[in-house]
Amino acid sequence: MRAAVLIFPGSNCDRDMEVALTQAFGRAPARVWWKDATLPEGLDLVAVPGGFSFGDYLRSGAIAARAPAMRATADFAARGGLVLGVCNGFQVLTEAGLLPGALMRNAGLRFTCKDQALEIAAESPFTAAWRVGETTTMPLAHHDGCWVADPETRRRLAAEDRVAFRYVGGAPNGSLDDVAGVLSENRRILGLMPHPERAVDPVHGGTGGRQLFESLAALAPA
Amino acid sequence: MKARVHVTLKTGVLDPQGEAIRRALGTLGFKGVEGARQGKLIELDLAATDREAARAEVDRMCDTLLANPVIETWSIEIE
Repeated sequence: MRAAVLIFPGSNCDRDMEVALTQAFGRAPARVWWKDATLPEGLDLVAVPGGFSFGDYLRSGAIAARAPAMRATADFAARGGLVLGVCNGFQVLTEAGLLPGALMRNAGLRFTCKDQALEIAAESPFTAAWRVGETTTMPLAHHDGCWVADPETRRRLAAEDRVAFRYVGGAPNGSLDDVAGVLSENRRILGLMPHPERAVDPVHGGTGGRQLFESLAALAPA
Repeated sequence: MKARVHVTLKTGVLDPQGEAIRRALGTLGFKGVEGARQGKLIELDLAATDREAARAEVDRMCDTLLANPVIETWSIEIE
């Protein structure tokens, strides 16, 4: 698997993402600066990392979503490329219109920072190493993670089985339908608020995110 | 020419910040505040001279960047 990690001013999980991808794929991902209008040739995956891109100004992810590297990522996605957005990366993907809904201020107004149990709720290239219905644990660390969408969109996602991860025991941030992660229509774009890249090594305190990267690694052995 | 853009949450979209404001006002003794919604005010200084063209351009700015049409709506004042 050839991967790239996008980096915006204010990204702060890009190095964790690089470590997780390197561990799973056996090769380091390319680093792509937000001003780059083209992606490296031959990519299989673009990862949009967590952080506070552009200081969360205007809306979380709003300015990053319109950056040149994201326009290139949208073209890559349109050609069927795999795209993974974590936390701020999920916000960027919804702002870019690549994933449905929007991520708003947490219902309790507090920054949520804790380990969170999650249910794997759908089959996808990102969840193949789990069984649907299985649970795992990943860290959460966000202020704007309350996923919302109109009733029509929510019905469509349910009908198309596009909720990849759900919070177990109720959404700690107010997300509708306990949504923690959603898939695109072609199931090749995933956005999720929990941080799989912060749970791939025992020193992280858990390895509940590792299967996500293993699922991807199994698609195209390096 | 100046444009003022008011960005507000669509009706029906929960606004936890507005709700916190409403509760805080009640705590401070202000009676009868039955609801509060928080939005944004964005002021733009424009080189344009044609009001209608400016309004159309600002509307495009809202749709492209200033608002998220999934959850927000906007109104524009030109002066």
